Amino acid sequence: MALPSSPIDLTLAEARDALRTGEISSAEITAACVKAMAEARPLNAFITETPERAAEMAAASDRRIATGEARPLEGIPLAIKDLFCTKGVRTTAGSRMLENFVPPYESTVTRNLWDAGAVMLGKTNMDEFAMGSSNESSHFKPVANPWRARNSNQIVVPGGSSGGSAAAVAASLCPGATGTDTGGSIRQPAALSGIVGLKPSYGRCSRWGIVAFASSLDQAGPMTRTVRDAAILLKAMASVDPKDSTSVDVPVPDYEEGLESGVKGLRIGIPREYRLQGAPAEIDELWTKGAAWLGEQGARIVEVSLPHTKYALPVYYILAPAEASSNLARYDGVRYGHRAAQVRDVMELYEQSRAEGFGAEVRRRILVGAYVLSAGYYDAYYVRAQKVRTLIARDFERAFESCDVLLTPSTPGAAFALGAMTADPVAMYLNDVFTVTANLAGLPAITVPAGLSKEGLPLGLQIIGNAFDEKLVLRAGRAIEQAAAFGGKPFRWWTRA
Amino acid sequence: MSVDEKTVRHIARLARIALAEEQVAPMAKELNNILGWVRQLEEVEIGGVPPMTSVVAQKLRLRDDVVTEGGQADALMANAPQAEEHFFVVPKVVE
Repeated sequence: MALPSSPIDLTLAEARDALRTGEISSAEITAACVKAMAEARPLNAFITETPERAAEMAAASDRRIATGEARPLEGIPLAIKDLFCTKGVRTTAGSRMLENFVPPYESTVTRNLWDAGAVMLGKTNMDEFAMGSSNESSHFKPVANPWRARNSNQIVVPGGSSGGSAAAVAASLCPGATGTDTGGSIRQPAALSGIVGLKPSYGRCSRWGIVAFASSLDQAGPMTRTVRDAAILLKAMASVDPKDSTSVDVPVPDYEEGLESGVKGLRIGIPREYRLQGAPAEIDELWTKGAAWLGEQGARIVEVSLPHTKYALPVYYILAPAEASSNLARYDGVRYGHRAAQVRDVMELYEQSRAEGFGAEVRRRILVGAYVLSAGYYDAYYVRAQKVRTLIARDFERAFESCDVLLTPSTPGAAFALGAMTADPVAMYLNDVFTVTANLAGLPAITVPAGLSKEGLPLGLQIIGNAFDEKLVLRAGRAIEQAAAFGGKPFRWWTRA
Repeated sequence: MSVDEKTVRHIARLARIALAEEQVAPMAKELNNILGWVRQLEEVEIGGVPPMTSVVAQKLRLRDDVVTEGGQADALMANAPQAEEHFFVVPKVVE
């Protein structure tokens, strides 16, 4: 195999294969990634860099490779969203509340990754408590998207909440990263940063040790530069876990197997309600192009209906804040997290610690959640939203009677300028219009980079599949990837700053 | 059903988040903006529809009622903002 000029350009699959044959060592790849990570500080993709740990883990991997004991991800450097608790390494959730929190335990997903031989590069920046679609709600300052519009020096957002992971992968600081997705937090930043992002079925990855946002919606998943890499990373992340009673006990298949089987004979559903009034024409055009690509490869394109689509975001913005207000009740300034100084009594301790520790968006969502759960409003808001959620899930069940996977746009537009959407929370929420439905229905969905906007910024297409049908989602995603031949990489402006 | 300032103070107290007096009116406006938008769910016909409590149809697994990872008091206290021995310290609650 001819290796690219720099180890940082290796895909995860290429790195794995080159490590196995001894063409390159983990120490070499890891050192190149650590250097790239340091050079890329203008992107602010990492909250905590762990170069010493990376070097130690790489050396251990090289010893294992030498003795023939290599595991599936042996020696491959990964970035970890700062929502996954990592034993002995500060885990902030992007919040002042957890600025100094050092977990005494390891999340199941990261435990699985280290057990598979992966090397930790550091912890990536994110919207505070995963609440946001631009990474601007992070206590540790926004992340810059490695991409910029053509002939422009303006910084655009990487999307969110997994914005640091998306930027790190897009800038080739690492071949893969973990993300979490509650309403689109893997797929929206992946689409805006020109990479692949996969949200697995609810229950596929253990949530244990991931700082909780909305427990009925949260899922961890891979963010990579190729579909094959997402397949490899998902296999290592997924497991049934006695510590998460919602993790599902179905075998984890080899997601690479059958990846190249194509879409011939598959029925691709096009949900007519995803054609939005007022969305940019280029979003629709890319979607039409995607359907044509799959059609040319022998798939049958069928129109389907998901009639409750327009209610998905309002449902989400009742249920997610409700669950968040309950989950985030644990931050009381007593057991861990930020504690206000000089308080008179225990009530003031709670109220001040939380007012100081949480940022504006998190406070807003906790209050929305407390309101919709409060006496007199519980049935009108919370229970009604749960019922409409049932209808949304039923829409998908019905659609999958006449198709195998769905093809949709990933986002209603390309990456936007810093500050462009912060004034109106509801406008920001609309970023997740195409992604949030899969969370509500618990379905696997992937975004694959498929083209560039007029301004030269990445756009993605999304494949949504039936529950636990990740293999088919990956296979269809691979077909899009092949036809789109995106291959775009951002110009490395940050090394010239 | 619009949220007034009294309600904002009430839910902020329920949520244990201190709100300065000058934050109350802007917060009421923000909450009304969001709640006004989600209120479109009122037009959905939900008669006879069960509320979804889990997207995965599976029975909750049970395990034996035994200690799995006990004896970790030091680790549990490691992040406490204020602790003495193995106790969390809070302002005096009972006079």
